[in-house]
Amino acid sequence: MRVVVQEAPFDPGAELNAFGKGDTDIGAVVSFTGVTRDVSGGLSRMQIEHYPGMTERALTQICEEAQSRWSLADLLVIHRHGVMEAGDNIMMVVTASRHRADAFAAADFLMDYLKSRAPFWKKEVTVDGADWVAAKDSDEDALDRWSQ
Amino acid sequence: MINVLYFAWVRERIGLPKEKVETSATTVMGLVDELRAREERYALAFSDLSALRVALDQDLSDFDASLDGVREVAFFPPMTGG
Repeated sequence: MRVVVQEAPFDPGAELNAFGKGDTDIGAVVSFTGVTRDVSGGLSRMQIEHYPGMTERALTQICEEAQSRWSLADLLVIHRHGVMEAGDNIMMVVTASRHRADAFAAADFLMDYLKSRAPFWKKEVTVDGADWVAAKDSDEDALDRWSQ
Repeated sequence: MINVLYFAWVRERIGLPKEKVETSATTVMGLVDELRAREERYALAFSDLSALRVALDQDLSDFDASLDGVREVAFFPPMTGG
C-alpha cells in the first residue's frame, strides 16, 4: 500500500506500469485518474488546498478500510495539491487483486471516500474571479451505499 | 492553549491559517461560541455550522465533541477531494 500526497505532477502511465510488478498472484489491476476539468469554460487554474498531516492520515485510513473489505494484493493513492491547469492530472487510484471484482469495488470505494473524507479543497480561478468548489450532496449520498 | 487551524474559505474569512487560542471551553461548540464573540469576521465564518466540518487532532469529529486532551482543532468546509 502506498499513499502519496505531493505538489509535483506524476506520470499515470509510469505509475501503472510499475504497480504490482513481480507479484504473479495479481490477476486484475484497476486504475482511475482524476483530471482537472474546465467546468465553466473559462478556467485559468485550479488551486487545491489540503491539511498536511491529516491528509496522509485520512487517506491511509481509507486505504486500510478498503483492504479490510476486499481482498487486495496492493493499492496506490496519489493526490496532488497546489496549482493545476485544465488537463492536468489531480489524483490517481490503483488497486490490484486476484479477480477483478475486488479491484473494481475497492477503486470505486476509494474514490467515493476520498472525495468527501480526505481534507482537500478545490478553488477554481476563472476569468470571472475565484470560487471555492462546493461539495455536492450526491458526493455525501455516494457514501451511503458502502455502509454495512 | 490549543492550536486552531482554518482551511479554504474559513481561512479566508478569518484572515489567518492558524492561531493559538487560550480557551476555557470544554467542547467544540464552546470554543466556537468564544471565537464568535471575538470579532465580526469570526461570527461570519461560524454563522452557519451546517456548512462547516471540524477535526480534532486530525480526525473528523463533531461540534458536540469534548476538547479534553485535544491539542489541535481544525475548522473547514465540506471537503472536495478527488
